[in-house]
Amino acid sequence: MNTNTMTRQKKKGKKHGSGLLVASPFLLPSLIGLLIFSMMPLIISGLISLTDWNGLDQLTKPGFFQEHFIGLENYKTILSTPEFWNTLGNTAEYIILYIPSMLAASLLVAYLLSRPRKGIGTFRVVYYIPVLTSWVAASLIWKSVLAPQYGAMNGILEFFGIQGPGWLLDEDWAMPAIVLVSVWKDMGFFGLILLSGIVGINKTYYEAAEIDGANGWTRFVKITLPLLTPSLFYVVVVAMINSFQLFPQVMIMTGGGPNKATEVMVERIYQYGFRYYRMGYAAAFSWLLFVIIMVFTAIQMKGQKRWVHYDD
Amino acid sequence: MKKTKLFSLIALVLAMLMVFAACTPKTNEGKETSNDGTTTGQNTENQTEDTTGEPVTITYCNFNSSGGNEETLAKMVEVFEAEYPNIKVDVETIGFDDYFTQMQTRVAGGTAPDCYELNIENFAAYANKGLLAEITGVDVSGLNETTLSAFNVDGKQYGLPESFSNVVLIYNKDLFDQAGVAYPTDDWTQDDVQAAAEKIRALGEDIYGIWQPITYNEFFKVVAQYGGSLLNEDKTAFTINSPENLKAAQVLVDRVLVSNVQPNAVQQGGMGDWDMFMSGRLGMIPTGIWAFQTFTEGCDFAWDIVVEPGSTQKATHFFSNCVVMNPETQHPEEVATWLAWLASSTTSADIRLEAGWDLPALKDLDALSSYLEVTPPDNREAVFKSLDYLVMPPVIEDYALMSDIIGQKLAAAAEGSITVQEALDQAQAECEAQIKLG
Repeated sequence: MNTNTMTRQKKKGKKHGSGLLVASPFLLPSLIGLLIFSMMPLIISGLISLTDWNGLDQLTKPGFFQEHFIGLENYKTILSTPEFWNTLGNTAEYIILYIPSMLAASLLVAYLLSRPRKGIGTFRVVYYIPVLTSWVAASLIWKSVLAPQYGAMNGILEFFGIQGPGWLLDEDWAMPAIVLVSVWKDMGFFGLILLSGIVGINKTYYEAAEIDGANGWTRFVKITLPLLTPSLFYVVVVAMINSFQLFPQVMIMTGGGPNKATEVMVERIYQYGFRYYRMGYAAAFSWLLFVIIMVFTAIQMKGQKRWVHYDD
Repeated sequence: MKKTKLFSLIALVLAMLMVFAACTPKTNEGKETSNDGTTTGQNTENQTEDTTGEPVTITYCNFNSSGGNEETLAKMVEVFEAEYPNIKVDVETIGFDDYFTQMQTRVAGGTAPDCYELNIENFAAYANKGLLAEITGVDVSGLNETTLSAFNVDGKQYGLPESFSNVVLIYNKDLFDQAGVAYPTDDWTQDDVQAAAEKIRALGEDIYGIWQPITYNEFFKVVAQYGGSLLNEDKTAFTINSPENLKAAQVLVDRVLVSNVQPNAVQQGGMGDWDMFMSGRLGMIPTGIWAFQTFTEGCDFAWDIVVEPGSTQKATHFFSNCVVMNPETQHPEEVATWLAWLASSTTSADIRLEAGWDLPALKDLDALSSYLEVTPPDNREAVFKSLDYLVMPPVIEDYALMSDIIGQKLAAAAEGSITVQEALDQAQAECEAQIKLG
């Protein structure tokens, strides 16, 4: 079906005004799933965040909500604790280190993989393998790689005469170490998205630039980068949301330590909900996380006009 | 008026949640209710006295048998069912990592099993929230009193200790010989340990005297050895930064930062403590008796055990899992019978010991004699001698939160980023701010 017939059909449907009716049988299965498994929990967690529920009492007992309703108390407490600001600071540190290094790494991967060379298929697989690896397995392996005295990383550094840091055991290095592992794991995925962006760029631009005598670097900066901005935008938005939701690597590699240096929001939510039995508090925490992510994503959506170029 | 409307709307939403939650539980839930129906149909009131009719099925959830002892538990159930033909036990085993989130969801959703297993940390959270039934009408006099009292809240027995483990001081005989130090005895104090550890440390760059992790779990025990505690007697106030506790914490931290008879995190280099011991680089390690099997297989040197050292008094760890009853069970008597049998019968104890699982919490040590015959360690009696000095974890409702706060501060002190005094003062302040006692 070419685009022409598609638009024609769309117009036809609109005219008859029966689009929703026709579409609803197809929509309903996933819509019902969305309502039950996403919307309901969303609403319920909002309600729970207004209570002091311990996560064990039965919610459906009559009068439960009246008895345990505490208004915005959880939110007030969270915002007044140094813990919240510490976790937010840690998340900020992660984002500041992670986003630029991840972008650089995945751009490099995309660029290298975009050029035709022998065995390119193998390389594409190799870069994508970390993406498919489970976070648990990857974290455990990296934990041993980053072990200060007997780990592979410091062994390699020592070979070059560098005294490696304590990595996950060092307050200053724990977060950079987690960033390092995250970049390693994510660059294949984001690289792939950027690669499809690069491949999708119209070849005629490059041909024209070549005739005008532009060298490789100029072509990259003046053609590839600007035309890649839609893909870059997507990558940044997704990476930012993922960063706020940072969890498995922290949970397994540091557990929030050393000395709270890697405590992040989802890790706190998990601890409060399932270890400290303060589910209401955890629910409020997760709503704060939701608001923060929404605000940041909205800012990015607004800001995209300034730097994202769509090649029409 | 408006407010009640809002509340009823909210209640409706929550009720809907529960409907969906109820759709998910495991299949034997349905089986159980159908069984219920038939039993109550035939014999309305006295199910327990009815031995000829349809047996009563109770559900039991546990984590402790997962990863190796599922068959041991199945065997126990088989023997139990033969002994009590009117009771059938439906076992569900969940791995430790998922167990407590699973139980939390089920308890909150009203679909908890008739009875289940809890570890000591979670027991307090459940008991204090009124989620457990008092276990009555069964004979538990065979159980060790200290462990029994750990699961007694305000005079009510909410849990029965089903197994227990304790901690002993394990030492590398070869390193003691090389350093020319006499082997530890059951009467050793922390000072003796320190002296021996220094001589062993002198044996080589990579050889350390002792490994006693500076964690919450070690801390509450060592403070007891110095006559301190984390809470006052009636558990209404924290006493984390008391002078006794300070002294205890200082001894532990100085071993890392001052005498360095214990490796710091970098010297440890990510190697596990048991691995360090098995590689022959540790003179002493206070650790659980569950290490025996691994050490027997993994050590190519001679090792033995003694009762943990004390200071002004002796104090040794014990860890216990208990079994508890769901207050909403339809069959409290059958459940109590099963739990008491599982925890305190010599039959179940024998099956447990034979499989080398863990120790039943029995008072009568003769029942455990088969345990003593296995070597190494030669001095296996130390396991039972330690029972005289058992110290209870300071069980409070917010146990996990308290242990995390104290653990973090101790870790910072062991790293040298704050002083021991600061660590305990901060832990005291944070616990007071975040945890309501009593």
